[in-house]
Amino acid sequence: MKKIEAIIQPFKLDEVKEALTAIGVDGMTICEVRGHGRQKGHKEVYRGREYTVDLLPKLKIEVVVSDARCDELVKTLVTAARTGKIGDGKVFIYDVAEAIRIRNDDRGDAAL
Amino acid sequence: MKRYLFVLSCLPAVVLAQTTPDVQARLSALESGMRSAQSAGDNAWMLTSAALVLMMTGPGLALFYGGLVRRKNVLGTMMQSFILMAVITVLWAMVGYSLAFGEGLPFIGDLRYMFLRGVDSAPNADYAGTIPHQTFMVYQLMFAIITPALISGAFAERMKFSAMLLFMVLWALIVYFPMAHMVWGKGGLLNAALGGMIPCLDFAGGTVVHITSGVSALVTALYLGKRLGYPHDSMKPHSLVISFIGACLLWVGWFGFNAGSALAASGLASSAFVATHFAAAAAALGWILAEWRKTGKPSVLGGISGCVAGLVAITPASGFVKPMPALLIGFVAGIFCYLMVVKVKQKFGYDDSLDAFGVHGCGGTLGAVLTGVFATSAVNDGFKRPLGLVDGQASQVWNQIAGCAIAWALAIVGTLVILKICDALIGMRITEAQEMEGLDVSMHGEEGYILEG
Repeated sequence: MKKIEAIIQPFKLDEVKEALTAIGVDGMTICEVRGHGRQKGHKEVYRGREYTVDLLPKLKIEVVVSDARCDELVKTLVTAARTGKIGDGKVFIYDVAEAIRIRNDDRGDAAL
Repeated sequence: MKRYLFVLSCLPAVVLAQTTPDVQARLSALESGMRSAQSAGDNAWMLTSAALVLMMTGPGLALFYGGLVRRKNVLGTMMQSFILMAVITVLWAMVGYSLAFGEGLPFIGDLRYMFLRGVDSAPNADYAGTIPHQTFMVYQLMFAIITPALISGAFAERMKFSAMLLFMVLWALIVYFPMAHMVWGKGGLLNAALGGMIPCLDFAGGTVVHITSGVSALVTALYLGKRLGYPHDSMKPHSLVISFIGACLLWVGWFGFNAGSALAASGLASSAFVATHFAAAAAALGWILAEWRKTGKPSVLGGISGCVAGLVAITPASGFVKPMPALLIGFVAGIFCYLMVVKVKQKFGYDDSLDAFGVHGCGGTLGAVLTGVFATSAVNDGFKRPLGLVDGQASQVWNQIAGCAIAWALAIVGTLVILKICDALIGMRITEAQEMEGLDVSMHGEEGYILEG
């Protein structure tokens, strides 16, 4: 099993969700996060007081899938989330040791 | 023939003698009808104006200031405006109105209207001969409410609620009522209409409202010291949307403030209405353009701050100047207040949190002086004399400066004394822990925004 963690632009959420649903991904977890990579922040000025906002709002999507489906999912996600501009985000892929469905103790791929 | 002539010559007298009682009765009925018609029109406008001016404090100023503070202080800040609608009203009924408008000494009124004794539906000819005395009283009350509320912009986010209450009561008694009496009260030192020694033109409160509150704001900000973490921590306004709504309500309410100060639904009210609106518009543009040039972006906060600066500056002038000078006063005020807020405040480093001094103190002083320049009897002939520099009356500018100096002096000395008293009795500042927690929870046990659930 693989866990796919994608940091994306918040306004891309709907497109990504639709694309993933279309290829049959059932579950995902989403958090609102703040951060930056190479896209540095912007400047705000309130009555002459300047603030540099370097942590920008992003969304983190976490999905766990079977090894077999991983490549397809990542390809779909990256296509949907891409604008081609700096700040589009990143995808990280991790190995998952085990998955357990709390309701009935299903384990492994069956729990996904 | 002679006899006929005699009879003929007597005829009109006889006719007149027969019809006089009837005609006179009808004439006096007509006169009283006209008076009550005029009173109805004037009173309708003045009651509307009174309501508009109250709307400037709550919701106007409460929203404007509430949006400019951090999220944890939104309720505390709104409460500082709202509570004055209650406290000052009670104080006004007890002694405030009498101290401001009772005929007394040049510096303060007497106690003739204490507990509003004798203030009823009969007009007070000295102040406003066509509206009930009660209407005049309640209209003036709304000014007494918003003036101290303006100061709260300087001590935002760090004053103890109990200390603020005492501060405001004393401030009304020691600074506002005397200043209102001096400028508008019968026999007041600066009253231009009712025999003051230094006639100072202040149509709707440039000295009384904006200089006193703005200068007291600066004194209070200096006395209290900076907010925790200022200027390093982020103190961004938590909701410019709220501030925007507040500022636009202020703009609308200001028509009651300035045009209402004509105290009648008259041509003068229209003139003040027009001057007010034009100044606000020009000032918004002035601030935005100055900012655009400096930072490269025209901001919403700049626009709404500018319109307020223009409204402040036109306040003393509104009933004395033509529309073109009003545009000029507004435009100059927009740029001047921008520089005061952005450059001067940063240079000196004081924490006038929401710029009560930069906008009201500075804009009010500018407006009061420019009133002496642009006031003209072509707009307001109530004084039966030339008014300002444009009328050839250069000395009026000096009177205006004298009025400003008195307002500044009273505000500085009065506020310092009051701060010392409050600090000794209660202590002005909240603790560091309370300041970190925010006024909403630490002072009022509530939160402005419940985002879960």
